[in-house]
Amino acid sequence: MTAREDILSRIRAALQDSPQAPQIPREYRAASELDMDALIELLVDRLVDYKAQVAVVPETEVPARIASLLDGARSFVVPEGFDAGWLAGTGDDGGSRRRVDSPAAPLSVAELDGIDAVVTGSAVAVAETGTIILDGSANQGRRAISLVPDHHICVVKAADITGILPEALGRIDGTRPITMISGPSATSDIELERVEGVHGPRRLDVIIAR
Amino acid sequence: MTTFLGMPALPAFGSGNLFAGESFPTAAHRELGNAQLRANLGHATHTIRDKRQAVVAELPDWEQLRDAGSAIKQAVMARLPELLEEFETNFTARGGVIHWARDAREANEIVAGLVRDTGETEVVKIKSMATQEIGLNEYLEEQGIGAFETDLAELIVQLDHDKPSHILVPAIHKNRTEIRDIFLREMPGADPALTDDPSVLAMAAREHLRRKFLTAKVAVSGANFALADSGTLAVVESEGNGRMCLTLPETLITVMGIEKLLPTWQDLEVFMQLLPRSSTGERMNPYTSLWTGVTEGDGPQNVHLVLLDNGRSAALADEMGRSALHCIRCSACMNVCPVYERTGGHAYGSTYPGPIGAILSPLLTGIEAEENNSLPYASSLCGACYDACPVKINIPDILVHLRSVDVDSKRGKKKVPSQMDVGMKAASWALSSGKRLGLVEKGLPLGRLAAGPDRKITKLPGIAAGWTQSRDIPAPPAQSFRDWWAKEHRNAGGAPGTPGTPEAGPSRTLSPDTKETPQ
Repeated sequence: MTAREDILSRIRAALQDSPQAPQIPREYRAASELDMDALIELLVDRLVDYKAQVAVVPETEVPARIASLLDGARSFVVPEGFDAGWLAGTGDDGGSRRRVDSPAAPLSVAELDGIDAVVTGSAVAVAETGTIILDGSANQGRRAISLVPDHHICVVKAADITGILPEALGRIDGTRPITMISGPSATSDIELERVEGVHGPRRLDVIIAR
Repeated sequence: MTTFLGMPALPAFGSGNLFAGESFPTAAHRELGNAQLRANLGHATHTIRDKRQAVVAELPDWEQLRDAGSAIKQAVMARLPELLEEFETNFTARGGVIHWARDAREANEIVAGLVRDTGETEVVKIKSMATQEIGLNEYLEEQGIGAFETDLAELIVQLDHDKPSHILVPAIHKNRTEIRDIFLREMPGADPALTDDPSVLAMAAREHLRRKFLTAKVAVSGANFALADSGTLAVVESEGNGRMCLTLPETLITVMGIEKLLPTWQDLEVFMQLLPRSSTGERMNPYTSLWTGVTEGDGPQNVHLVLLDNGRSAALADEMGRSALHCIRCSACMNVCPVYERTGGHAYGSTYPGPIGAILSPLLTGIEAEENNSLPYASSLCGACYDACPVKINIPDILVHLRSVDVDSKRGKKKVPSQMDVGMKAASWALSSGKRLGLVEKGLPLGRLAAGPDRKITKLPGIAAGWTQSRDIPAPPAQSFRDWWAKEHRNAGGAPGTPGTPEAGPSRTLSPDTKETPQ
């Protein structure tokens, strides 16, 4: 017998008493009732609690905000599908400072390691938990780019903010490569004292565009 | 071989690091002598449980989430064969490869074989209970493959050649100074001026592991959840070491217990609310990664999953104990356990310490496994673990159940009755009749004699010595309640053994000073 057959037959034998699968009681909250202002306020509160930096700006001011956050960066990477208009303030230097990562021309890990910052969009956010979800869409790129550079600048559109997790997961295709981010990298392994920044980006800037 | 079909499968118990090397009472007795350990642990468990309490209280529907979580896991156990097959179909359809492992040895061989196929001799590892359980690191080492733990706490434990003592924060038993000393001693190129500031130590770990992450070709992980209807795996973490391992290497090998399935993508919304709040006391952990087989152009292109039985089917066969398999490894139970708090995780011997370990380990290995049969007794049955468990595992009930299984398994095996057997038999004889008890009570004054002038018994013989090791017993009263009652009622004019006047009873409060000479 293969291990597969063996294990499945062991499990069937273990369930000889034929336990019934119960109805799942889903009386927990499926949606929140907060309006847009309240959602933004809550998301900002949670993100700041995680030591992320947050700015809420009108969409027209996103380019200026990105440009100023990138002030000290010698280089940054954006996914190919990132809104070019949002990068207007950074100036197109033909590729020496602004690097573009695309499926056709992905940057190597070593190249990513030499890049100071990354700018991405996001798929959906959860106000209650301060969580931003990236699903690998064209404006977010592959997972490695938002991981290796030390500074992550992430633009969240107000329309993509949900109140609670069930609402957010309902909007996502689970088979995509997904990263859920709640604040910058952190550890509590030494005497349970929270330290921000270990292996992932140590600095997370969130721009909420409303 | 079709001839095997229809034959009852025997319970197949687990192997690997599930066994206590010595009984809990022996190990706990030694660990209790370590005051530093107790101070570290007390601080850590109290901090984390206060944080947990605060974020759990924020959710108005916490109990409804627990109910849903508990029911979902019950459904998983009832439907396990079909869910495993459904998951396999979906994961495989998207380019993942599934391997099945009956026990620790088989799982280790599969992983080593997969690593060898890549031509590599090093792997980076994400903290995983399943690989800890099967002793993968040690096995790979024997095979000439270096396994590097990348979670900060696992790194500390690995560098110190120690064992994890907690399932969430494995180095909880060490304080910052001890950790600095380990880094200075074991980390090549560590800055001699390293301080014991946690942020400085975290940065040292970052430096130490950075090159490894960026060059590793093979990673090994566990998984927190597997979603049957989409074929998706999930890893929940904080530091980003998980994302590094799951994203940068070419080959990813995941080892996961068969009980970690959830039926649907929607079920993730329940568990991603229950797990972070229960474990680290955060609203959400910093990073969660989800992957479904292989995604072209993003992440590892060789993706494997080893599905591990290792005693889980045996635990499933125990109708009363099977809900131990609902465990999502949050560790909330150990942070509220008065026994864990004092003994620490090493006393439990197995990979799984604390209240959940006290039931899970003997269920996976069988209660007759040497030394694991003392684990169900490592509890005061206070029930705090049941209250804290996000999926409502009734740990106290299962502990009691396993104690009875243990007693039953020993029945008729012993030739020479132990002191406990003799004592119990004597107690049973005395307590089964009022007359006999009265007779025994006549011997009480002898105890006073033994106590001496300070009226304390400081040393009892035989197994009773355990009781007097850390406390004195006050001398017994000069007469028994029974004698006093009889005398009192004779004096009050009532017949012996009949209720006296109201004044004679409850109004006579016996203060410590007067209790030996009731009027």
